[in-house]
Amino acid sequence: MVLISPTLVFTLLMLAVPLIMVLALSFWTQSYLTLDRSFSLENYKTAWTEPMYQYLMARSLKISIFVTALTVLLAYPVAYFISFHVTPKRKAMWIFLITIPFWTSYLMRIFLWKVILGYNGVVNGSLMGLGLIEQPLSFILYNQNAVVLTLAHSWVPFAILPIFVALERVDRSLIEAAEDLGDNRLRRFLRVTLPLSMPGVIAATIIVFIPTIGDYVTPRLVGGPNGLMISNIIELQFKKANNAPLGAALAVSAMAIVTCVTLVFVWMNRKFMRGPK
Amino acid sequence: MTQPIIQLSGVDKFYGDFQALSQIDLDIRTGEFFSLLGPSGCGKTTLLRSIAGFETPSAGSLHIDGKSMDGVPANKRPTNMVFQSYAIFPHMSVAENVAYGLKARRLPKAEIQERVSEAISMVGLQGFDSRASHALSGGQRQRVALARALVLKPRVLLLDEPLSALDKKMREQMQSELRRLQRAVGITFVLVTHDQEEALTMSDRIAVMFDGKIAQVATPQMLYGKPSSRRVGNFIGMMNFLEAELLGTSGQTVEVDVQSLGRLTLPLSQAPGGVDGCQSVGIRPEMLTILAEGQTAEREIEAVVSEVFYYGDMTYYDVTLLQKDAPVTVTMRNTAGRKVLAAGDTARVGWSPVSLLLLR
Repeated sequence: MVLISPTLVFTLLMLAVPLIMVLALSFWTQSYLTLDRSFSLENYKTAWTEPMYQYLMARSLKISIFVTALTVLLAYPVAYFISFHVTPKRKAMWIFLITIPFWTSYLMRIFLWKVILGYNGVVNGSLMGLGLIEQPLSFILYNQNAVVLTLAHSWVPFAILPIFVALERVDRSLIEAAEDLGDNRLRRFLRVTLPLSMPGVIAATIIVFIPTIGDYVTPRLVGGPNGLMISNIIELQFKKANNAPLGAALAVSAMAIVTCVTLVFVWMNRKFMRGPK
Repeated sequence: MTQPIIQLSGVDKFYGDFQALSQIDLDIRTGEFFSLLGPSGCGKTTLLRSIAGFETPSAGSLHIDGKSMDGVPANKRPTNMVFQSYAIFPHMSVAENVAYGLKARRLPKAEIQERVSEAISMVGLQGFDSRASHALSGGQRQRVALARALVLKPRVLLLDEPLSALDKKMREQMQSELRRLQRAVGITFVLVTHDQEEALTMSDRIAVMFDGKIAQVATPQMLYGKPSSRRVGNFIGMMNFLEAELLGTSGQTVEVDVQSLGRLTLPLSQAPGGVDGCQSVGIRPEMLTILAEGQTAEREIEAVVSEVFYYGDMTYYDVTLLQKDAPVTVTMRNTAGRKVLAAGDTARVGWSPVSLLLLR
């Protein structure tokens, strides 16, 4: 009964089968136009020892860590403001407004960043018009900064929501109690509000970290040659380089790294949820 | 007399058009157990929160320990509060909760440790130091909240309906424990409650509040024995009311015509809220007696029992006084040999003019 339930069939088809196929592919080897289906760890050896892949993996990790940190730092004050300073009647509207950027397509938003950050873009145009700079700034587009900025912008709403929910769940009388016991505004934030909202912060971190490390559209469009990430190389292996098995091995490796980092966060979340021993 | 620890004068509080507090004048004495008693929405919690610093009065002045609290935030006031929900920090253990305020004052570690364990044992939670707060029962949370506030040795401890979340047994136990603690530490306690029994058993003095105003401030005995108005009398315990017509005052007495009871001359002391405008006479149910055969009383009146509520140790009778149909309640202790009457029985009700109160 359970085995033929639609949910299970659906889950198997949509999640397990593709994963198993990628996993299987990663242990095969490509020999020109045919696939050698004998088991081999060669791809993994390449993926973990080749300096270029190591380097790209490290860069992807670095970029997504930056993006995650920036996103959470930007999202927290917004979530805090909505939770603590917006009248309850208006909160739903604020949350709704935050989702407005999603009404345009992801690609459109990235292209708009190109318009804003470009050589003749809004930022450079304004700064030059104001006479603050003489040459257009070149460090703002087609590099890692642009990737971080663009990704952070597109993920902020996803980070605001879990942090907002966590803040909403903080019993206001606890904050009053902290005040009553002698803490000023900053101290009660650090000792009560922040620790109690950590589950939301960790959820936001996971939500942002996992997809950004594998993003390939943004680095492709605004990253320039120095902003490429691991997924761009995976795409390259599957398409132009015609080495799907190596691409699969790289993908599985990236997934393993993401899993490890995520597990650390899940463990931290558990710790916060459980409270003291 | 020593200076009052808390002085409120002319305190108003508005929420938009709604007036939560109106012209509150109140002195709370140093070291007393003071209760703010009233039905929900009477402003008692608003008053307590104004003292704590969580609400800012719209008008009037508040002094604690002789110092004006104008613009002094809650974290700088010499008060500490036990919240209705206890507000125990869920991410901290019992000891960390108790140490919270001491850490906020940046005291040396050794002193914090010593005072925390002292406070924990004072409220009877020895051995629970490292217990997580979600693993505590309601009564234990209450003790943590008490220890957390008392460890700071505040000038005033504010308690916002601290017992309302506990079951009956626990509540009674905590009542006597709070009393004991208050005597032991000698700190002024200000308790907010809607439970008149709780206020009567624990307090040195009680302020009864209705609609944002203080109706009466008195000791429990005064409040019960000499309520200043019909409303206070009705709120504190049970009270029967009979219509009365003022006939005139002369010297220290007042003459009234009371429904069913007839013309009476009462001393002015039996009109604790003043004589003017009094339209009723109140009498406590236990001041009336259903007379057994052969028993006599100072005054007697014929009555018919309409309802009987048997409580084991007590029986409550709703009776109708034969003259003029006035319904009154009589409570009788079920002592040895006393017969419990049934509905429809006739009875002689004994009473005395001394126990009548002329009320507005």
